[in-house]
Amino acid sequence: MEITLTHYLVLSTLLFAIGLIGVMRRTNLLMLFFATEILLNAVNIGFAAISRYYGDLTGQMFAFFVIAIAASEVAVGLGLLIVWFKRSGGIDLTTMTSMKG
Amino acid sequence: MFETIAFYLFALLTVVMFSITVFTRQALYALTALAAGMIFISAFYFLLGADFLGAVQIIVYTGAVMALYAFGMMFFDTTRHVNEHGRSPQIVFLLSGMAALLIVVIFVTPIVSENVTARYPVLEGVGNAQAVGMVLFTKYLVPFEVAAVMLLVAMVAGIVLAGKKMDKSLTLMEEEEIELSKQSQEKAV
Amino acid sequence: MELYLYLALFSPLAGSLIAALFGAQPKTLFTGLLTSSLLGLSLVSSTVLLVHILSGGSAVHVEMMTWMATGDLYIPFGFLVDQVSVTMMMVVTVVSTVVHVYSIGYMHHDKGFNRFFSWLSAFVFSMMVLVMSDNFAGLFIGWEGVGLCSWALIGFWYHKESASWAANEAFIMNRIADLGMLIGLFLIYWNVGSLQYDRFFEAVTLLDQSILVMIGIFLFIGAMGKSAQFPLHTWLADAMEGPTPVSALIHAATMVTAGVYLVVRANPLYEMIPDVGYFIASLGAFVAMFAASMALVNRDMKRIIAYSTLSQLGYMFVAAGLGAYWVALFHLMAHAFFKALLFLGAGNVMHSMSDELDPFKMGGLKKSMKWTWIMMTLASVALAGIWPLAGFFSKDLILEVAFVEHHYVLYTVLLLTAMLTAFYSFRLIALIFHGEERYKEYGSHPHEAYTFMLIAMSPLALLAVISGFVFKGSYFDMVTAVLPATEYHVHSPIVFWIMVIGTQLLVGLAIAFAYKKYQNAKIDKVFEERLCYKILRNQYYIPDFYEEYICKPYRELSYVAWKQLDLRIVDATVDGIASLLYKTGEQTHTMQNGNLSTMLRWMVAGTVLLLALGVAFTVGYSVVAG
Repeated sequence: MEITLTHYLVLSTLLFAIGLIGVMRRTNLLMLFFATEILLNAVNIGFAAISRYYGDLTGQMFAFFVIAIAASEVAVGLGLLIVWFKRSGGIDLTTMTSMKG
Repeated sequence: MFETIAFYLFALLTVVMFSITVFTRQALYALTALAAGMIFISAFYFLLGADFLGAVQIIVYTGAVMALYAFGMMFFDTTRHVNEHGRSPQIVFLLSGMAALLIVVIFVTPIVSENVTARYPVLEGVGNAQAVGMVLFTKYLVPFEVAAVMLLVAMVAGIVLAGKKMDKSLTLMEEEEIELSKQSQEKAV
Repeated sequence: MELYLYLALFSPLAGSLIAALFGAQPKTLFTGLLTSSLLGLSLVSSTVLLVHILSGGSAVHVEMMTWMATGDLYIPFGFLVDQVSVTMMMVVTVVSTVVHVYSIGYMHHDKGFNRFFSWLSAFVFSMMVLVMSDNFAGLFIGWEGVGLCSWALIGFWYHKESASWAANEAFIMNRIADLGMLIGLFLIYWNVGSLQYDRFFEAVTLLDQSILVMIGIFLFIGAMGKSAQFPLHTWLADAMEGPTPVSALIHAATMVTAGVYLVVRANPLYEMIPDVGYFIASLGAFVAMFAASMALVNRDMKRIIAYSTLSQLGYMFVAAGLGAYWVALFHLMAHAFFKALLFLGAGNVMHSMSDELDPFKMGGLKKSMKWTWIMMTLASVALAGIWPLAGFFSKDLILEVAFVEHHYVLYTVLLLTAMLTAFYSFRLIALIFHGEERYKEYGSHPHEAYTFMLIAMSPLALLAVISGFVFKGSYFDMVTAVLPATEYHVHSPIVFWIMVIGTQLLVGLAIAFAYKKYQNAKIDKVFEERLCYKILRNQYYIPDFYEEYICKPYRELSYVAWKQLDLRIVDATVDGIASLLYKTGEQTHTMQNGNLSTMLRWMVAGTVLLLALGVAFTVGYSVVAG
């Protein structure tokens, strides 16, 4: 059985859904970061697959940039987390209600 | 045939790993599962002929990002059980519907966009790394440089944010001192 | 000549605006002097124009600027000084100037001195616009301006409940009539395509009779409101709540004469529809009699004079309705002079009697107020129509018109009214100036008015005496250049002399009777018990009728509309929308609980929704296209 683009896309979607579950389910900020990593990687698989099946390198290029952005996000995000942790002593989302309307 | 087996195997592994990441209550498990999942994903890149991307995936994620997370976890002391409250059952509901919907959308998309033509076709007789290099440093030079600057900025930002009051080391303090500093912080807040 | 036209028109406005700057300040004599002198300037300019017209000059017609020009509608600010409008201008400026000067003395102690002069000049300006405009739109502006200024002046002492009420009554009554006027104007524009007088009068002969009748009726409804004809007459007597100079101005020169002016101005129209003209004449005769009868028993000095004005307006409408436009205009002029004199005299009396209005509480004032007595007697003689004063020439002419046109019923009514007029006028004179000095019981100290007030009144006294026999001939020659030149002569000289002498005798008898009866001011108790007295005293119960059958049902209707329509439907709808939004916010504000996790969930839900919409759209599109 030939593996087609559709297989990869379904996989990508599946992983994306798992990531979304994580985003919504987790209240620990660090775990939330993990979930976002899953989201980004799910998309990357889609890019790489499309790049392959259309014979176009653009998809791979985008995957590179996504990885770069993910890396910076982790750096800045962790920095912010540390600051927050120092100030409040915890990184649980439920305690962050300063934006209550 | 081999490719098919590999795809299904790795697909299963990735889904399982990421599911563990999302659903486990042990932070350490989550981290390890995530790192494993990242490596499994690089397998897809190799399967798809994007060797360079696969290498980058392993280096960046398992090497850099995971190390950062590991340090972060040590800092935050989340190696214990992650206490999470406020789960509501309707999420599952929402999720299944949404996942199904997204799958439908993605199924439709390639059919809709059948007549896409390659703008930067894969060059014949050149290795993947070389091809990527040629495109990356010609067509995508500016985005590449911008990404580089962004990484630099992120690095500086991370250091500045995390580095405040680094002179106070909790690990070197006695228990009483830690309590004192905590109390003074609470007062300040 | 254009310069004089603009001077005559705009100097009252300038005076009004300058005085308005000091409106909120305490009395400054300067405003009174300034407005009076600017009005004097207007008077001089009008005189120059009059001389120009009299010496055979052509009518001055200027178009100052375009007011409206949209599509087919073209209305300029145009002004026309012809024989008719110059007469009106003279009447308005003479009387107004006198009233202004007089008011400096009359309003001497009033706190709103500056405000008064501002409004007074604005009033005159509106009237000047009204008479000088060369189109119906400009006339309507003046018409409304006069209404507004009269509102402000009648309600000048706004802290008095009755004054505010009278001002509102006058304004609302006029508004009702103005609707008729406006419909008339719309009909004219609809059928002629222009509001210019000359265009309209050219087109009159080509228009359908029924349309002309409609236009004539609606314009006359407007005139009925301004000239206070039955059934819109009640405001005029109540307008006496204003300061007396205002009453003089309203009753003599401005406002009430506007209706007569309109009918005279639209004479080519009313020529074409004699039936409507006959109706106008009949209504005029009725009002003349009706108002005079109410004046017979009234015990309020100013109201008696007000009813007399109403009655004289009836005379004017008889003349105008019968096609004797120049006679109507002539009576308007003569009446303006002696009526203004009468009012200003009444103002003097009021002043010295500390605002007492009941003539039964006065009596014997001729000793202390000699000049006022002389002037008021002169004015009353002129009003009664005794030879050779102004009233004889103008009023008896109207009687002759009715006689010559073979309207004997109208003639009889007018003759009777002339007797009534003489009676109530001299009843008033007898009560105020003759007999015992009853005011002593009420502790008043009568004194003559300021000399300059008397001097200001003297031109009116002079005009009341001479305007009849001096002006009649030249006036006829001048004004008939634009108005139908019909001479009204009774053909048989015997009949003529019988009529004239008979009328004079009857009027003289009425005067003698009035003196005899009221010299001693005995209040006839038996007479006051009679039904006819009660009816007249209560103004034929017409105000009560209006109150009972128009105001009350309207109030109840408004109440129902308020309770049922406004509160239940309009308010409920608005409140419903507001509370819907409010409740939505109340229900959904939990979304904003500050919890990032919840926000993320909402974000995902939104994304899903958008994706679903996108899919639905794509599928739907492909179904429709395929």
